[in-house]
Amino acid sequence: MRKLRFRPCGNFKERYEEELTIFETDFGRLWSWVGVVLLLGVVPFVSGPYMLYVLNNMAIYAIAAIGLNILIGFTGQISLGHGAFFGVGAYAAAILAIKAGFPFWASVLSAGVITAVVGMIFGIPSARLKHLYLAIATLAGQFIIEYVLVHWEKLTGGAEGLILPEPVLFGINVSGDRAFSWVAFTSFVVMCWMAKNLVRSRYGRAFIAIRDNDLAADGMGIPLFRYKLLSFAISSFYAGFAGGLWAFYTVSITPEPFTLFLSIEYIAMIIIGGLGSIAGSVFGAAFIVLLNEALSQATQYLMNVGAFAGIALTVAPLREFVFGLAIVLFLIFEPKGLAEVWRIVRSSFRLWPFAY
Amino acid sequence: MEFFVQVFINGLSIGFLYAISALGFVMIFKSSSVLNFAHGELLAIGAFFFLVLSAWLKLPIVLCFLITLAGCFALGFIIERLFLRPLIGEALIEVIMLTVGLSAMFRGLMLLIFGGNLHNYPQFLPEALSISVGNIYVPSVYVSSFIIGLIFLGVFGFFFKYSSQGIYMRSVADHQPAALSLGVNVRRVFALSWAIAAVVCAMSGIVLGIINGINVHQLSAIGLKVFPGVILGGLDSIGGAIIGGIIIGLLETFTGGYLSTSLREVIPYIVLVFILMVKPYGLFGSVEIERV
Repeated sequence: MRKLRFRPCGNFKERYEEELTIFETDFGRLWSWVGVVLLLGVVPFVSGPYMLYVLNNMAIYAIAAIGLNILIGFTGQISLGHGAFFGVGAYAAAILAIKAGFPFWASVLSAGVITAVVGMIFGIPSARLKHLYLAIATLAGQFIIEYVLVHWEKLTGGAEGLILPEPVLFGINVSGDRAFSWVAFTSFVVMCWMAKNLVRSRYGRAFIAIRDNDLAADGMGIPLFRYKLLSFAISSFYAGFAGGLWAFYTVSITPEPFTLFLSIEYIAMIIIGGLGSIAGSVFGAAFIVLLNEALSQATQYLMNVGAFAGIALTVAPLREFVFGLAIVLFLIFEPKGLAEVWRIVRSSFRLWPFAY
Repeated sequence: MEFFVQVFINGLSIGFLYAISALGFVMIFKSSSVLNFAHGELLAIGAFFFLVLSAWLKLPIVLCFLITLAGCFALGFIIERLFLRPLIGEALIEVIMLTVGLSAMFRGLMLLIFGGNLHNYPQFLPEALSISVGNIYVPSVYVSSFIIGLIFLGVFGFFFKYSSQGIYMRSVADHQPAALSLGVNVRRVFALSWAIAAVVCAMSGIVLGIINGINVHQLSAIGLKVFPGVILGGLDSIGGAIIGGIIIGLLETFTGGYLSTSLREVIPYIVLVFILMVKPYGLFGSVEIERV
C-alpha cells in the first residue's frame, strides 16, 4: 500500500498527472469520505422534516447549478435559459411517468437525456455566436420553452400542470422527505463525482481551453462546435436530471416556477459560489436555498410584528432584490465567489501561525 | 382591408415605441460595449419617477418632466460610478452578469415600493392630437409619442454629430485605444453614455407609461423585447435599432391579428433565434473580425 499523505509539503509535482489529482493529500480524500458517510448515514436520521426539506432542495439545486457551472464557468458559454431546461426536465419526467408509465429511475434519467437533446438544439447558435449574442439566443430559448410549457396543453396540462405518481425505487416507496433524501443525496454525490472527474478529463480540459481562448483552442485542434454542443448537452443533462428529481419531490408541477427568474437564480448560485468550481456551485446552491428560506421566514416574522402588519410584504420582490444585490456585491468584491473565500480560510488555517 | 390598415398602424406605433426604447440600449452598447440587461428597469425607474412627481406630488407637467430627466441623468452617472466602473477590464461574462444582477435588484426594489399593480398618469395630453380617418383611429397618445420620439431622435442626431461630447462618444465607440491616446477621457465618456442612456430610457418609459399605464412587470418585459429589435437592426447601429424595432412591432401585431394572440408574445424571440443563426450581426451592424 502507498504511504498516506496528510500534510502538503510544498509544490513538488513532477508529472502532469499529479496536477490533475482531485485530492492533493489523503487528508482531503478522508474528509470527503467522512462527509459522504455523514450525509447518507447520519443526516437523514437526525434532521427534522423541515431541515430535510431544505437539504433535499439544496442537493437538487446543487446538481443543476453544477450543470450550469460546466457551461458558464468551464466552457465560457453564457446561458440564460437554465431555468427553462430545469423545467423541461421536470416536465419530461412527469410526462414519461404519467403517460408512458416509466418507473421512477428511468423517467428521471430519460428526462436528463431529453433535456440534453433540447439543450443541444438551443446550443446550435453557439456555432457562430459568442458571448453576448449567445446570451441573447439562450434568453430567446428561455421564452420559447416557457411558451411551449404553457401552451402545449395536450402534453403539459397547460397552466393546471401535472400530478406525478409516487416515486418507487427497487420496490421501495421513496416519497416523503426522509426517504427521498437518500435518493437526492446519492444523486448529488454521484453527480458531483462525475463532474469533478469530467473537468479533469480530456473533455473538461478542452472546455477550459475554449473558455480561455476559443480561437487558440481551435488552433490546437479542438473541434469548437462539437465541444460547445457537448458542453450544452452535459449542462442540460444535469439540469434535466435535477428537474426530474424536483418534479418527483414536489409531486405537482406547473409552468409557473420555470421563468427567467429561475435562470437568474441559477446564475446567482454559480456567481456567488464561484465560476469554474464544482465545490463553488454547491456552496452557491446552499447559499441561495438558505437565503430563500431565511427571507421567507423573515417576511413571515415581520408580517406578524405589529408595525409591519399594514404593509403587504411579499417574498417575491424582496427575494429578487436580495438576489440582485448578492450578485452585484459578489461580482464587485469577490468575483471568484465563496469557493475562493473557502480556499482562503482553509489555507490560512493550514499555514497558521505563518502569514504565507 | 380596414382591419389590415388598423393592424398596420398599431404595429407601426408599437414598433416605434420599441425603437425609442432601444435607443438608450444602443447608446450604452456603442460606447462601452456593455449589453445592458437592466434596460427595462431603467425604463421603469424613469416612468415611476415621473409618476411620483406628477400624480403624487402634483407638480406641473413640464417641471415633472425636467426633474425626471435631471434625476435620471444623475442616476445613470451613479450606476456607472458604483457598479460598472469597478468592472472595467473584467471579462465580458462578468459585466453581463452584473447587469442581470442590477436588473433583478432594481425590479425587486420597485416592486417593493410600488407593488405589481398598474398605475396611471393623470390625463394631460390634448385630445386634439388624435387622428381619425374614416373608421381608422389613432389615439392622441400614439401621435404625441411619435412627435416626442422624433424630437428626441433629432436632438440626439445633432448631439452626436456636432457637440464635442458627442464626437468624443463616437470616437470611443469607434476605436477605444485610439481615442484614449488622442486624449479623450474614456471614463467620462462611459459615465456620460450611461447618464444619457438613463435619460433616454426615462423618456421612453414615460411615453410607454402614457400609452399602456405603468407596471413594473410590463416595463421590464419591454426591456427584454428590445433585444429582437436591436439584434435585427445590428447591435451598434441607431438607425438599425429603429428599423428593427418597427419590424418587430409590425410582426407582433400581425401575428396577434391574424394568427393567434398567445403566439404574439414569443414570435419576436423565435424570429430572433433565426436571425442569430443566419445573420448574427443584423442588418446594419458592423461585423466583428477576430484575429488571434
